[in-house]
Amino acid sequence: MISELLINAFLVTIMLSIAIALIKTRTVIFTVILTSAYSLVAALMFITLDAVDVAFTEASVGAGISTILFLAAMAYLPKKEEESISSEFIPALSCIILGVILIWCSFDLPEIGQLTAPIHQHIAPEYIKGSKEDIGIPNIVTSVLASYRGYDTFGETIVVFTAGVAVLALLEKKNTTKKNKSQPKQKIRKNA
Amino acid sequence: MISSTIGIWNYWIVFCLMMIGLFLVIGRKNLLKKIVGLAIFQTSVFLLYITFGKIKGGTPPILNESIDTIYSNPLPHVLILTAIVVGVATTALGLSLVLRINSEYGSIEEDDVSAQDLVDYHDDIETGKNFDLKFKK
Repeated sequence: MISELLINAFLVTIMLSIAIALIKTRTVIFTVILTSAYSLVAALMFITLDAVDVAFTEASVGAGISTILFLAAMAYLPKKEEESISSEFIPALSCIILGVILIWCSFDLPEIGQLTAPIHQHIAPEYIKGSKEDIGIPNIVTSVLASYRGYDTFGETIVVFTAGVAVLALLEKKNTTKKNKSQPKQKIRKNA
Repeated sequence: MISSTIGIWNYWIVFCLMMIGLFLVIGRKNLLKKIVGLAIFQTSVFLLYITFGKIKGGTPPILNESIDTIYSNPLPHVLILTAIVVGVATTALGLSLVLRINSEYGSIEEDDVSAQDLVDYHDDIETGKNFDLKFKK
């Protein structure tokens, strides 16, 4: 059992080193690649923590689609990050203070994997028991996502739709302000 | 002793990761870096949730035949599945805002953008042009 925790500790330390490298690098392409690597290591951690569904969603969406989005945006942006004029001392100090407070609070958290932790007592046992009888799907995550908490998933769909509409609106306006009115018509014809 | 340290080691590193994400958001002036910081923060919050759901000796929450299997808590997994997809939508929205800012100002450094805003503002005051209109809108 301790080996499992050791693997976790090792992976999470890799993630820490990737994050520190992210602070240091000033080149945009390195930033994007490090973010992708970060997501991939996070996906590995999700597997060791028994969250297989989350792991493959993170690997495909977090490490895949996000990286594609970043690379697509990168093509239109400056390739180097400039050194900032203002001091980074106050933000760094406030982050460190907040981190110390959080770590101090972590002594009250239950140890990883305790069956007696409060989170495992409330409603999860009901879902595990009811999944087969009520819904008949062996994958409990699917049955909770699609049935017990179907409204949450519906809300998520609305959020994603809204974000998609907003992205289209933002990028569309960029085209029309730069070019004159006859340009969009040609574009439509090309696409057709 | 070692086992109890490893038991909360994950939490410590996850908190450090969160703070690195927060620092990238509030400390760095590059807008793309801020969005990367948001992504880092998000992923570390996901890790925290999934860590809470783990049970020692448990299996992934997929039902099998044997009766005495311990399943890890499925509820955090569901919440985080939703959050990952919403996170990508947020990233896409942020990136398109950054692209738009870049096409308007020609820069994605926060200092440049606010300096240009300040220059515009003072020009408007000196010429007195459009100044009333701007605020009436």
